[in-house]
Amino acid sequence: MSATQVDPRATQPFSAQDESPLASLAPEQIEQLGRELDALHDEVFADLGERDSRYIRSTIKLHRHLVLAARALLLGSRRKPLWLAGTASLSLAKILENMEIGHNVMHGQWDWMNDPDINSQSWDWDTASPAEAWRHSHNYEHHTFTNIRGKDRDLGYEIMRIDPHQRWHPVYLFQPLYNLLLMGFFEWGVAVHDLNGDAIRSGEKSKKQVVKELKAIGVKARRQIVKDYIAFPLLSRRGFKATLAANFTANIVRNVWAHSIIFCGHFPDQTYTFSEDEAAEETRGGWYVRQLLGAANIDGRPLFHLLAGNLSFQIEHHLFPDMPSSRYAEIAPRVRDICRRYGLPYNTGPLHRQLGAVHRTILRLAFPGGTPRPKPGPYRPS
Amino acid sequence: MPATRRRALALIRSFTSPLLPDDYLELINPLWSTRELRGRIERIERETPEAVTIVIKPGWEWPGHRPGQYLRLGIEVDGVHHWRAYSLTSDPRRPDGCITITPKLVAAGKVSPFLFGRVRPGTIVRLGGVEGTFVLPDPPPERLLFISAGSGITPIMSMLRHLADAGPLRDVVHVHCSRTSDGVIFAGELRRLERLHPAYRLHERITSRQRRVSPDQLDELCPDWRERETFLCGPTGLLEAMKQRWALDAEPARLHVEHFQPDAHVGDGERGEGGTVSFCSSGIQAASDGEQPILVAGEQAGADLPFGCRMGICHSCVGRLRSGRVRDLRTGRVHGQPGEMLRTCINAPEGAVELDL
Repeated sequence: MSATQVDPRATQPFSAQDESPLASLAPEQIEQLGRELDALHDEVFADLGERDSRYIRSTIKLHRHLVLAARALLLGSRRKPLWLAGTASLSLAKILENMEIGHNVMHGQWDWMNDPDINSQSWDWDTASPAEAWRHSHNYEHHTFTNIRGKDRDLGYEIMRIDPHQRWHPVYLFQPLYNLLLMGFFEWGVAVHDLNGDAIRSGEKSKKQVVKELKAIGVKARRQIVKDYIAFPLLSRRGFKATLAANFTANIVRNVWAHSIIFCGHFPDQTYTFSEDEAAEETRGGWYVRQLLGAANIDGRPLFHLLAGNLSFQIEHHLFPDMPSSRYAEIAPRVRDICRRYGLPYNTGPLHRQLGAVHRTILRLAFPGGTPRPKPGPYRPS
Repeated sequence: MPATRRRALALIRSFTSPLLPDDYLELINPLWSTRELRGRIERIERETPEAVTIVIKPGWEWPGHRPGQYLRLGIEVDGVHHWRAYSLTSDPRRPDGCITITPKLVAAGKVSPFLFGRVRPGTIVRLGGVEGTFVLPDPPPERLLFISAGSGITPIMSMLRHLADAGPLRDVVHVHCSRTSDGVIFAGELRRLERLHPAYRLHERITSRQRRVSPDQLDELCPDWRERETFLCGPTGLLEAMKQRWALDAEPARLHVEHFQPDAHVGDGERGEGGTVSFCSSGIQAASDGEQPILVAGEQAGADLPFGCRMGICHSCVGRLRSGRVRDLRTGRVHGQPGEMLRTCINAPEGAVELDL
């Protein structure tokens, strides 16, 4: 199944309410909004300095301490309390490494530091996706063509119907089921997704390239398997099985968490998707508006945002993918103010509500039909 | 690396992948990293109103240096990591195992004002390798002439300290120029050397009061200059004048010269017409008139590019060439094959160039 199969009857808005707020803005307004957001970006970048460098360095240190603690605790994994504490610590470490560190470093958010180690080109993460392939499919394809139906392969990840504009197919009846699988093994799903099945089938991607990328996934897979399912279990000696179970659990916990946060980023009902026509000849300001309308935030406290890799500020992240994540919370009030002044929605809500909307949509759209959900109006400060 | 050590490391790495064992070791002591050499700043000593000596304890893999060589130092200033090259001023056999550099304040610069006023003992720095061919031969020549001006004293100080550590200096004439009398770096130590070593003759010149030293004064200051191995370090004007004199009147091979790298200007190679650069990662387009290296052209066009020494020595700025040809500004040579890793700081485009950066 592919996200490129857009229902031809559904390229027009279903109703007036479904119409993108982009249409309500005059070209000059869109340009003005673009200039305001450019200025906000430049303001933050001019202010980056030691405080930010300290933040990412201490986050990286925290991750490494959590790993050391987890691995040490799991040496005694046959004892229940140690197993629990070790598994919890390892899950936290993997979440931190995946979300706040890996995703954001590989976005180039910390490249301004010119540090040879904390750099998008040299960073590698503890997931199944090889860094280079992920950077292409995520940083370039998804962040450039965000929520454009038929171009953004992250819309439903080619295997799900999450937008009523997508044509229904009987295979989608199983999507609630395979979504559960994807949740648990999300990192593997992302790795395969990076291969880009469409490009392979159309011949756009050479066989040589596919083999190269498959090999890279193989290397990543081998390293994770050796580390989590052989080396550390062996180190626990008689606790081999218990440690293996702990490591497996930590990988699953990390996958479920990443899946939940990431699906909340674009899928909650109130985000907009766009036809290729709507995004054709788009200006800088228009690009910003599309990013604003296509993303959704999750409310929470600082610890929650840290574990979410600040993707709970998905809107801010999509406006400024290269901005250090620690700055998103600081600019969020300014972005909301822009939404208020231009009459644009700012989609946010608590985790249970956003996640509920995601799963409701996945269930509903497994079946034929379905219409876009009512959208919230322009942002109003509460 | 012996095969057993390699296998042992591979085994340990299977526990830490994708990180390295070093990433955990450095939590205990940052100097234990084997991936890159690091040092810890121990002390900052004021030399003159415009120069400080930074005392650095290097990690245990420090390979040592030869007197006269320079160090590439990596340091973070306001969150941004910078590379700079500084002459090492210490004797390689310093008993405490520390090394020193003695930067001069460049008020408009980024790194030297930081080293001068803000850096604190305990700061961890990167040591990017020791380079340079301006070195004292081993064994040292019987008769030596040192000519230095301003901060040109720094590599020569390492040589002097090294010689003095081995025993009494044998036959050394040293001509040193400084703009003001309180601006003489290492003044106290030079005068002490003069007192302790009768065979070390120091001629100090204060150029705000006296004439700058020039080639026609050589016969008067050091009549047998032609018979000596001469080590010369200072501003370009002085170097050029002396080089001419040696070329005309003496054996040029006996004159050893250290150029401190000029800041804005890269190399003396022949210039081309320039061209355009497309940075494929950011999609930014830049243009160079043939004088600007790719790095500078890109930065002016708003690209956020990796950078380092900006003089072709540290390879921090490399990017993969997709297409096109470039000119090495140091040699004028035109080169470039698709897939080649290019240093953006010393190459200018020669026509249209595409880079994976």
